[in-house]
Amino acid sequence: MLLSLEPRGQQSRLMLWCSPLLAAVLTLGCGSLLFIALGHDPLQTLHTLLIAPVSDLYGVSELLVKALPILLCALGLAVAYQARIWNIGAEGQLLLGALAGSAVAVNIIDVQSRWALVLILLTGTFAGAAWAGLTAWLRTRFNANEILTSIMLNYIALNLLLFCVHGPLKDPAGFNFPESATFGDASRLPLLLEDGRVHAGVYFALLALVAVWVLLQKSFIGFQIKVLGLDKRAAGFVGFREKRLIWLALLISGGLAGLAGVCEVTGPIGQLVPQVSPGYGYAAITVAFLGRLNPLGILCSSLLMALLYIGGESAQMSLNLPQAITQLFQGMMLFFLLASDVLILYRPRLKLRWTRRASTPAVTAGAL
Amino acid sequence: MSIAPSPPRLQLRQISKRYPGCLANDAIDLSIAPGEIHALLGENGAGKSTLMKIIYGVTQCDSGEMLWQGQRVQIRNPAQARQLGIGMVFQHFSLFETLSVAQNIALAMGVAAGTPKQLEPKIREVSRRYGMALEPERLVHSLSIGERQRVEIIRCLMQDIRLLILDEPTSVLTPQEADELFITLRRLAAEGCSILFISHKLGEVRALCHNATVLRGGRVAGHCLPAECSDQQLAQLMVGEAAALIGEYPKVSGGATFLQVDGLSWHNPDPFGCSLHDIDLQVRSGEIVGIAGVAGNGQDELLALLSGEQPMPRAQAATLRFAERNVADLRPDARRKLGLAFVPADRLGHGAVPELSLADNALLSAFQQGLVSHGLIQRGKVEALAQQIIQRFGVKTPGTQTAARSLSGGNLQKFILGREILQQPKLLIAAHPTWGVDVGAAATIHRALIALRDAGAAILVISEDLDELFQISDRLGALCSGRLSALQDTCATQLSDVGAWMAGQFDHSPCAASV
Repeated sequence: MLLSLEPRGQQSRLMLWCSPLLAAVLTLGCGSLLFIALGHDPLQTLHTLLIAPVSDLYGVSELLVKALPILLCALGLAVAYQARIWNIGAEGQLLLGALAGSAVAVNIIDVQSRWALVLILLTGTFAGAAWAGLTAWLRTRFNANEILTSIMLNYIALNLLLFCVHGPLKDPAGFNFPESATFGDASRLPLLLEDGRVHAGVYFALLALVAVWVLLQKSFIGFQIKVLGLDKRAAGFVGFREKRLIWLALLISGGLAGLAGVCEVTGPIGQLVPQVSPGYGYAAITVAFLGRLNPLGILCSSLLMALLYIGGESAQMSLNLPQAITQLFQGMMLFFLLASDVLILYRPRLKLRWTRRASTPAVTAGAL
Repeated sequence: MSIAPSPPRLQLRQISKRYPGCLANDAIDLSIAPGEIHALLGENGAGKSTLMKIIYGVTQCDSGEMLWQGQRVQIRNPAQARQLGIGMVFQHFSLFETLSVAQNIALAMGVAAGTPKQLEPKIREVSRRYGMALEPERLVHSLSIGERQRVEIIRCLMQDIRLLILDEPTSVLTPQEADELFITLRRLAAEGCSILFISHKLGEVRALCHNATVLRGGRVAGHCLPAECSDQQLAQLMVGEAAALIGEYPKVSGGATFLQVDGLSWHNPDPFGCSLHDIDLQVRSGEIVGIAGVAGNGQDELLALLSGEQPMPRAQAATLRFAERNVADLRPDARRKLGLAFVPADRLGHGAVPELSLADNALLSAFQQGLVSHGLIQRGKVEALAQQIIQRFGVKTPGTQTAARSLSGGNLQKFILGREILQQPKLLIAAHPTWGVDVGAAATIHRALIALRDAGAAILVISEDLDELFQISDRLGALCSGRLSALQDTCATQLSDVGAWMAGQFDHSPCAASV
């Protein structure tokens, strides 16, 4: 007996919705098996991993803090990916946003005006966009593959940040720790809760969510971006400007990643440190695809990803599970989602092929 | 052809093949005798390609059986088919352009056949024996399309061949080249090789084939002796109803010149592409100008320059005008604003985005018709336009949200043409408007083009289908190696004239005197 896949001919609406659920069930199932193998009670472990972290208001606030940078980066990536521009550089764009914002912030620590924060946020956003702009320029001018250039620019951005934190931006009164001075109060994003770290960056995320949704679903520019991604020749024969769209998609993508970075340093961190991002920019790639490049889907998947991050941390502390468990869960989730997505276009069939084969012998088996 | 007492070379019994959503072959019976030239006739989508893929082992049938010289066989792959003595010449050649003829043939035949050098004498011998002139050392990219087809045929003949399958072999040939091919095929058949000849051109089937099997909608619609059937009878078998399919349209002479191309030359940066030389072309409002030519003689390049996809080099800035206005430096959208509409050759992937819905595909080229306001798409208007196209042009589809990919070729072509026509263009450029389209849809498309002409639009049609060009165009020309012949009134033109132009014999004409 053989399991075979048969093309459906068109997308199955039902599976479009069911495949994430199926992936979630399979991930939980395999996760449980894994925990049993490690000698833990699966239900209790899953509870610690997925439910306990968000069982109080503080937990929810932490979830939002984690989800925010991932969401901003993933929204930007969705715009680029719709145009089939594979920007892998959200991490670097985020770091550069954080770096540029901090460079301004440490020079205006004493300014009391709220405009200080505005200036810092704008600087960070533009720096992220400019970093993505490098990729856009290399792509449109030299036809350089954006996957390679954006990945390489990630390392340049990281080392630039490390250099600045160890050098020009190091706090003179900081006992030689590789950290900048803490920012002035006026340069910090206001907190939204008394006993939580969730900050006003959430508003930016919501704004970005709406903006990207309108851009991709309602606007003609979004339509052009989609057409460019799906079919370059169709975009060409009606006169859509390919280079301009590439620039636009990358600038939006980089700008949002830069905003995520500068929100991190002006929000929960409050200064520039070497570990601004635990890989938000990379996680955002997974999140963008988990959310099917749809802004609302991305909102859900970024919350899920954030939950895995903090759940992994608490499982590490209370159950002594290895840190790799978070990554393993992320990997399983993506793996099962991609596997289940096959069912959108294909229908599984059980076939009794060996019986049919046996009834019609081939004359020349030698040709096989 | 006398039927030998020996079993048929190939016999198919009740062959069926199902693809998701369609039964491509439904209980097909077919029998080919040794030395017989058998035609497989049918519209696009009738199941011809599926059937020959099954015979050649590219795909397997779901049920039914195949008898090869009286013995039951199951052909699992092309290698096995070749071993049995079945050869196939595809419509699209699989040759390496940078390699020589002998190298290409050696590659296809495998190591056991010998090196290219060792094969050369045999290639020469085969090409001489069947009257197909071909030099084994020549590089494929320097060969004409007709010569490339010879490479494919000789490749099949190098082995001991018993059945040769040819998929629409004449679609890439000039009429003269097609005649030469027929001589070769007759000689082959006389030696006992069976030939399965796939075509939808009735004239050549009648001239060449002993027997014909007609497919329609995946079933055998009938068998006949082509020599004894009229076009009308054959068309009736192919389409079901032959009424109103072969239209006669009056020829007109048009009004003021709208599209004016003066001495356009363009150097193609692609070394294997075709450059354009001194193209002169005028299309008047209210007439249809047809341009014939074998594919790869500059059609794609000319179309891209006219539509604006390929930016015009500065040196050529004075060569392109729409109604006296210089448009050479305008982008495609700006040219569209001046009244251009364009139907590209590839329906899926150029004229329409396969993954997008019909509504989105309507927006694709009609976005300057008030469908976008303040940067936002007016969904209601887009819907209405798509709806209008579907109704006016009889597009068979479940609705406007259906993906373009899921429409049949003819339906999608009607949709694309409808989209362009409803924008009320002053100039319509259509490439291969009925290529791969069934007869019914082709008739609709021709009527729509004539109606647009009569409404006063200038129309340029580039096509490889000479019957179509003679039927709808008012003036005719042909492209060969990037040069355009002088245009001549269709009613004063013979088929053989166009054949000569397609082969490049027009240098004596006054238009090319300056070359």
